[in-house]
Amino acid sequence: MKFYRSHVLVCIDPECRSKGAYEVLDALQDELVANGLIDEVQVLETSRIGGCDQGPEIMVYPEGVHYANLTPDDMAFIVEEHFLKGRIAKKFLLPITSVVDEELSAPTPKEIRIVLRNCGKIDPQNIEDYIAEDGYMALAKVLTEMTPEDVIDEVMKSGLRGRGGAGFPTAKKWSFARASAGTPKYLICNADEGDPGAFMNRRVLEGDPHAVIEGMAIAAYAIGCNQGYIYCRAEYPIAVSTLRLGIQQAREMGLLGQNILGTDFSFDLEVRMGAGAFVCGEETALMASIEGKRGEPRPRPPFPAVSGLWGKPTNINNVETYANVPQIILKGADWYASMGTEKSKGTKTFALAGDVKHTGLIEVPLGITLREIIFDVGGGIKDNKGFKAVQTGGPMGGCLPSEYLDLSVDYEALTAAGSMMGSGGMVVMDDETCMVDIARFFMEFTQDESCGKCTPCRVGTRRILDILNRICAGKGEDGDIELLEQLSQEIRTNSLCGLGQGAPNPVISTLKHFRHEYEAHIYEKKCPAKVCKALIRYEILPEACTGCTVCARNCPVGAITGERRGVHVIDSDICVRCGICQQVCNFNAVVVR
Amino acid sequence: MPTVKSLEDLKRIREEALQKRQVKAASGEANIVVAMGTCGIAAGAREAMKAILNLIETENIPGIIVTQTGCIGLCEREPIVQVQVGEQPKVTYGKVTPEIARRIVKEHVVEGKIIEDHVIPM
Repeated sequence: MKFYRSHVLVCIDPECRSKGAYEVLDALQDELVANGLIDEVQVLETSRIGGCDQGPEIMVYPEGVHYANLTPDDMAFIVEEHFLKGRIAKKFLLPITSVVDEELSAPTPKEIRIVLRNCGKIDPQNIEDYIAEDGYMALAKVLTEMTPEDVIDEVMKSGLRGRGGAGFPTAKKWSFARASAGTPKYLICNADEGDPGAFMNRRVLEGDPHAVIEGMAIAAYAIGCNQGYIYCRAEYPIAVSTLRLGIQQAREMGLLGQNILGTDFSFDLEVRMGAGAFVCGEETALMASIEGKRGEPRPRPPFPAVSGLWGKPTNINNVETYANVPQIILKGADWYASMGTEKSKGTKTFALAGDVKHTGLIEVPLGITLREIIFDVGGGIKDNKGFKAVQTGGPMGGCLPSEYLDLSVDYEALTAAGSMMGSGGMVVMDDETCMVDIARFFMEFTQDESCGKCTPCRVGTRRILDILNRICAGKGEDGDIELLEQLSQEIRTNSLCGLGQGAPNPVISTLKHFRHEYEAHIYEKKCPAKVCKALIRYEILPEACTGCTVCARNCPVGAITGERRGVHVIDSDICVRCGICQQVCNFNAVVVR
Repeated sequence: MPTVKSLEDLKRIREEALQKRQVKAASGEANIVVAMGTCGIAAGAREAMKAILNLIETENIPGIIVTQTGCIGLCEREPIVQVQVGEQPKVTYGKVTPEIARRIVKEHVVEGKIIEDHVIPM
């Protein structure tokens, strides 16, 4: 092979091209020829290497030097300085800024990364980088070697289930859509990730958009459809622009569009932005939103596979589901099925959040225990506090106490325990968390996000929130717990869509596992975790107080009185429970009762 | 951007992309630095470098990075070539003719034998 001592990557992204990248490239080549260096220095065209805002730009290896703001006239200088004399042309140098990834750190030993394998590793804005990682080879394999039925069989054997949370077998869904009469058929990717604190899908879309695009193309081939939509929320502008760029690059290469890879399979994609309504993550509401209607769910059946988008057969899967597909095709169903439990195969991404040492994105094989996730992958509870509960499945999931730490994380086990898999939110809570307050927080979210179409969800979530607010304010009454239970049951059974059906879950699960906390709030007017402000009071221990006056000076409402060097006292009627006195006291004299 | 019309096209693009990736990640086991100041070029550094590059190409020797530097302040000893293999200390050669340059690659870089006659003690 020809040996070059130096390689120059010239960005020919449309943006750089419009600024004259080709002129720079030509001038560079001319100068290299003129200096007799063309046999030593290789010039390569590439897509984005930087932001393109300072284009045209080039990257020189092996030094890894990034030059920007170039004009054709500068090439003579750069060639003489850099390539002939070996001096870096500082005038055009762009400094390399190192970025610390707070969301996604290096995998821990218990993790297996399939969906996240390329995130942070490849350049998501450069299709070549994805192709270097065997990108689009799965699509090529499917189009050249497999029939649509083969694809469905392979995915069936892999045991892949819907990663949006419900866990319906993916291949079964595809075969329904394939068998369904009616044309055209549509394919949708649900990228309306809305659970508080969850960002697994965003990270995949931003870090490896082509995995989703390729997965969708394979699904489209299996189902027999030619048009797909990615429904992504407007709150994810980077994901949307990365996807659009990815689709554009795939189209330019002929990996999307008419007659892909010279076969008679054609498929194209479009990104549709949602305005951020949580209910639009529900499939029927999502389709209504794509159609341009108000994002409200409708009763099922008919299921989307029979009558979906514009009344046509439609297949809808989550981002993570599609991102798994190319790997299953390339490495085989047996490889994928070797991970996980009997009924839940493969891996799952989670956004680990809350009071755990290492928060962020993780990907673990299904069947791992909650304990392994929290203590091995997450590093345990922050500040050496105790573990109290873990909330899985987002606002529709449930809170599981320490008895469930050894529970296997799979679809069935989580549902049996009163929680659910969900899309992958996982909030860990330490022993200073009030479970009534947590239930109230999630209920506030679902109440706010209820679309209002059906009464049980619209009115029921409001009533539950009212009761929880009352309990937290110290005005809980005898009978509240029973009322909550009854309301929860009715909302769960009578609501139209998954949002309402799942909304009472945080209340039901906390009532099941932490009933004593509700009772303490209602009957003893005490918050055991000392969180609910109406149920706690701050006091100064006379024996510890030195009369330094720091607390009195810092109290924002003037609730603390006392002489210098004398014991201070907090007036509970004036106190707003802000806790500042406790923070500023140097003698640990302020306590919460 | 190249268009993919067949599986072969895709494979070719993958190979090219992998090659570009290698270029970016290149961490040579051996670094050869040719001093390429005006003094070096006048004394024949370009010829020395060409000899090195040609040999690497014809013998297909992997893992070598060839870079340049400016005048290192020993103009009377030019052309100067510095070699660093792995973690070993850097060796500086003076008055490197194309013939010596080829020996440097063959004997020092490949076989690990320093050509003592031409070393500039530093």
